Parts: sequence; C-alpha cells; structure tokens
Amino acid sequence: MPSVLVSTTINGDAVEYACPQDETLLDSLRDRVGLTGVKEGCGTGDCGACSITLDGRLVCSCLVLGVEANGREITTVEGLSDGDKLHPLQEKFIEHAALQCGICTPGFLIAAKALLDRNPNPTVEEIRYGLAGNLCRCTGYDKIVRAVQAAAKQMRKK
Amino acid sequence: MRFESPTTTREAVALLTRERGDAYVLAGGTDLLVRMKLDLIEPDLVVDIKGIAAMQSIRTTASGTRIGAAVSCAELGENKKLKKTWPGVVEAANLIGSDQIQGRCTMVGNLCNASPAADSVPALMAAAAKVVIVGKKKRRTVAIEKIITGPGETSLARGEVIEAIILPRRPPKSGDAYLRFIPRTEMDIAVVSAGISLKLERGVIKSARVALGAVAATPLLVPAAARAIVGSKLDDAALEKLAAACSNACKPIDDKRGTIEYRTRVVGVLARRAAKIAYQRAGGA
Repeated sequence: MPSVLVSTTINGDAVEYACPQDETLLDSLRDRVGLTGVKEGCGTGDCGACSITLDGRLVCSCLVLGVEANGREITTVEGLSDGDKLHPLQEKFIEHAALQCGICTPGFLIAAKALLDRNPNPTVEEIRYGLAGNLCRCTGYDKIVRAVQAAAKQMRKK
Repeated sequence: MRFESPTTTREAVALLTRERGDAYVLAGGTDLLVRMKLDLIEPDLVVDIKGIAAMQSIRTTASGTRIGAAVSCAELGENKKLKKTWPGVVEAANLIGSDQIQGRCTMVGNLCNASPAADSVPALMAAAAKVVIVGKKKRRTVAIEKIITGPGETSLARGEVIEAIILPRRPPKSGDAYLRFIPRTEMDIAVVSAGISLKLERGVIKSARVALGAVAATPLLVPAAARAIVGSKLDDAALEKLAAACSNACKPIDDKRGTIEYRTRVVGVLARRAAKIAYQRAGGA
C-alpha cells in the first residue's frame, strides 16, 4: 500500500510528510519530520515518553497513526521554548535537576504543560496524578514534582 | 494496511462489510495500536470513526443521554451535566489509564475490546445502558450486557459498528457508583470492580442493578445482588446479603493480579461500599 501525504501543523508551522498508513505518529515525527525530541519508550502507551498534544489534548504519539494527524495541530517538546528562551518548565527542570538520562524528560515537559494549562496551581497530589502516565526510572519523581511546582509558581506570577 | 476515515456511519459499515481481509474499527486506538505493535493482529483495513459527526457528540434527549462512540473518556469527565447525572459511569470511564490514554480512549472501545476487567462496562451495565448498532441492513438497539460474550469476544456481526451508547433518563431519587480495587492508585487494571445503580422511594430501595468486573470471563450483571438490597434502607443485613450474592455470582481466575479466594471476598466489600455511595447520591441517609 502506498504512502499517503499528510498535511499538518507542528509547533505552529505547516508541515507535510508522506508515511505508510500503518505507521505510528511517533515514527512519522521522528523519522519523517526529524523531531527526535519525541522519544520511544514502550511503544504501547504505558510510559509517556512519546507524549505530544494533538489539537491541544495530551496523547501518546505511539498510539496515534501518522495519517490521523492530517489537518490537526501538534505540539512537541521542540515547540515549548520561545526561540532561545526556555519555557519556565524547562528552566525549572534544569534548576531542580529533574532529569538524569533525559529520555523521559520531553514527555514529562509536555504532560506538565498540559497539566498547568488546565490547572495553574496544582497540589502535589494533583501533579502526581497528572503525571502518572509518564515513567522515569532515574529521578524517583520527587525532583520532577518540585520542578513542576516551581514552574507553576513562576508562571502564575506572569 | 489501508486507512480510511469515513464521515458517515453508513460509509463506515460499507467499508467494513466490503473488506475481504482483516478489518478493524479505530476510535481512540489505545487497544488497537497496542495489538498492532505487539503483532497480535495485522489489519488489512483500519476504519477511523472519529470523523463521523453522529459518533462525536454527547446529546441529551427526552429518552436519555446519547454518547457517540468516538467521544473520548476525557471529554466525558469534562461534561459537567453528564458527571452530575451519571457520576458512577463517568468515574469508571475516567479510571482508564493515564491522562494521555484518557485523551483518546472511548467507552465503546472499552466495550468492544471485551476485557473482563473493562472499567466502564460494569458501570454502564448498572446504569442499564444500551448501544446503537449499525449494520449493512439494519440498525438495532441492544442492552449493553448482551455485547461481551467472552474475553476479547463480542456479539457484533461482521461489518457491524456501535454508533453510540444510550444512557436512560435519570429518575428522581436515584444514584450510581463504581469502585475498583487495584494495589496502587493509578495506571492499573482492575483486580475486582463493582458498579451499582439504585432508585429510592421514601428512603427504601425501589429498584437496583449490580454489575461486577474482573471476577468472571465477562463483566457480570447480578440480579440476585440487586434483589438483596431492593426493599431495604441499605441496613447492615441488606449489605451482608448483597456481599454474599456478589461473592456467590463470581467465577474468577487466579492470576498475577489476584487469587480466586481474594477476588471472591473483595468483590463483596467493593459492592457494599459502592452501594453506600450510590444510596447517598440518591438522597438516602
């Protein structure tokens, strides 16, 4: 079966790619568009390393087909910063050493942004529930939770 | 594999009926894409139903609430009216997976995946939900408990798709609740679960429906458990009878999530707790 052409908007830019019809959006983003900030952990929706937003909704890109992105809007970790200026979540992740190997980090950032967009002042419990779909095998989560709290605080000031 | 994204149910049915190879319906994809990834299935055709208007909306009509098959569980949780009317159903739907999964998964997908541990199914059975099935020749409305026939097996014929779930109108003085047991707080599959919906008349339970999950090859509707509390004010004796009826009805398996003995006992505990919540929501003391 031939590849199909997909027209989509990624991080604010119009993007076109051709992909086989059974390819996941994760593979399309990484291999066709070159957005390797989207990571593959499990490939089955359990780890959240491939998290993106699709029309503003947080999803695992490994559980979306590349062809489904046609006409939709995608945000990946590459779209978080404003040029060279990092997003407050990115700054606080660095300040709080909320990452070690870094594989889970893009997914955590996207999921944390989706959480804060919905709830600008989450409790620790709400952060832990909100990030339950993202697994980290290095940090023990505590630093991630603190970084998200600190970023939330800074973002509320604006 | 060929991907199709029809805009009407009729077109979806035609595509599924015409395909000679293996055809699958794609809603949220949170089960389908996992099965593709694990090479458990190799679809020749995938029909995405998310472009079909009749499957995208939540509508309240004179006879109840109609939830389109492609409505994600996250959307259910964001619908204040539905949450107020059928809190047990929405709670059950919102227990499935993480926020990432919630953004895609659907109750009809949960139903058609036909897991004995499907969270939304016992809650929907307790709520007396029906599903609208569309096939090549006819459209039929079927009670939800008629759909799952075994683990991974449904009564849907080839080419048939579920277009929507219909929840009945909520009668006054009624309430529902769903509880599941998992050994952690998030991201797990039910070891045991119970959904209960009941209606009161002057504080006495006039009618009830009790459904259990993860304790048999399919989610179970247990009329004997409902009878155990009908006519009572949910006193201790009625709760005892409810728990016993639930334990009696279940035919669980031993697996890594729980033993037969454990599930048989805990199902009664969960049913009692769910009944108390439903009773309170119905306005009982």
